[in-house]
Amino acid sequence: MLDDFMTRALLAGIGLALVSAPLGCFVVWRRMAYFGDATAHAAMLGVALSLAIQTDVFFGALIFAIIMAWITTQLSGRNYSMDTLLGVFSHSFLAVGLVIVSFLSGVRIDLMAYLFGDILAVSKSDLSIIWSGTLVVLGLLTWRWKALFLSTLNEQLAYASGFNPTREQLILTISLGITVAVSIKIVGVLLITAMLIIPAAAAGNLVRNPEIMVFSAGVISCISVLLGLRASYIFDTPPGPTIVCIALSIFVLVNLFTALRKLSF
Amino acid sequence: MNLINIEQLTLSYGNVIALKNVSMEINRGEVVTIVGPNGSGKTSLLKAIIGAVHPVEGSISVKPGLKIGYVPQRLNLDPTLPISVGRFMRLTERLDRSTCESYLKKAGVVGLIDQQMSELSGGQFQRVLLARALLGNPDILILDEATQGLDQPGSADFYRQIEEVRKSTGCAVLMISHDLHVVMSSSDRVICLNGHICCCGTPESVIATPEYQELFGSGAGGALALYRHSHDHAHDHSAENSKAIN
Repeated sequence: MLDDFMTRALLAGIGLALVSAPLGCFVVWRRMAYFGDATAHAAMLGVALSLAIQTDVFFGALIFAIIMAWITTQLSGRNYSMDTLLGVFSHSFLAVGLVIVSFLSGVRIDLMAYLFGDILAVSKSDLSIIWSGTLVVLGLLTWRWKALFLSTLNEQLAYASGFNPTREQLILTISLGITVAVSIKIVGVLLITAMLIIPAAAAGNLVRNPEIMVFSAGVISCISVLLGLRASYIFDTPPGPTIVCIALSIFVLVNLFTALRKLSF
Repeated sequence: MNLINIEQLTLSYGNVIALKNVSMEINRGEVVTIVGPNGSGKTSLLKAIIGAVHPVEGSISVKPGLKIGYVPQRLNLDPTLPISVGRFMRLTERLDRSTCESYLKKAGVVGLIDQQMSELSGGQFQRVLLARALLGNPDILILDEATQGLDQPGSADFYRQIEEVRKSTGCAVLMISHDLHVVMSSSDRVICLNGHICCCGTPESVIATPEYQELFGSGAGGALALYRHSHDHAHDHSAENSKAIN
């Protein structure tokens, strides 16, 4: 069954959908959209270095995504705001990564594959990495759910309830790093944030409780992957961007629906 | 033993000292209000008590098994974060619906359990935060400027609610407040902070101290002047309007 590239693509996409939905909800709730974006860009440097020393891009991307997250949380509030630091490091990391790749002679590298992803090229070993990453992040988020959610609402409230919001932030940062690293091959650096944010943002409009929002975001993500892959097959379009386009269509439809519902009341 | 004992507490962020040499205690059932200008270390003191910042020097000891009910200033509720009052109440503890409702009632809100938090008015919102803090019957309620964003009658109502809660549960209350006049009347003790303890004691004695006068005397006068000014302004304005109509 796994020998069919379409089946592998589908499984990879579902893996990404399952992890990006709950994490995306936290990214939206905590207004970390730009943070996710910056982490993804920084991961490109990791990809480049991995290619240079010829190892799997997953670990390079993971390490640099976490380094980036760590630098910005450590440095922010001293001389520059978080926003500025993210801007400085994300684009510099991306640029340095691209320059390093240009020095790599002999290996012909399709960088487009890492910027936009190539879900159809996912191998069996990629699939095991993606699903391990997914399960680790889902495990982390489920385990820390209460503490993460309380820290999101109010840090002092979390402290008073015996949790440590700084540690929860770290758990979220690491989860984001893992998610970025596993999804680089699927949707690529440029579209990761889209898969984090769009389904969560669409779901937020529909429901009245946080857990149901996470579940709905997951459903929207999975539908986007299924329809996106199908559409890219039929219309011969690049799968990563097509998946994001479907997610965007759902987002627009949901918003139209809620606007109409408000009007009718 | 006292609920909370603070001895020679010094707190700092990097090289900036937020609080120096603060010693105080909180006894069972008493209402203590902390006042002080912005940046005087009020919030830092509360953060140290709930364990969010660690003392550089000195110590904070609490009664073993002390239960704290914390009422934050506000929540970071992004518009995309849907949460109902009932779900908010159940964040950390499993409760059935009727228990939830009884705590909400204690805090002065009824019939809101299925509402979204984002749909509540300022006063209702603070009462829901209070209701959640009351879960598990705390020995002490800690409030960090809980009435910020409420108008004068709104915050007066809220403090009356706290007073009622204190009477019915007997818990101690430690709060930071800007609404000096409202709070003073219901406090057993007032602590005036400005990087250190300027003065403390009963509300009447604190108001009489020169340190307090220096910190708040002109401020209170300013607020009154502002009130008079706006009153005059509204008066002039309506006069102009009536002229225009004539």
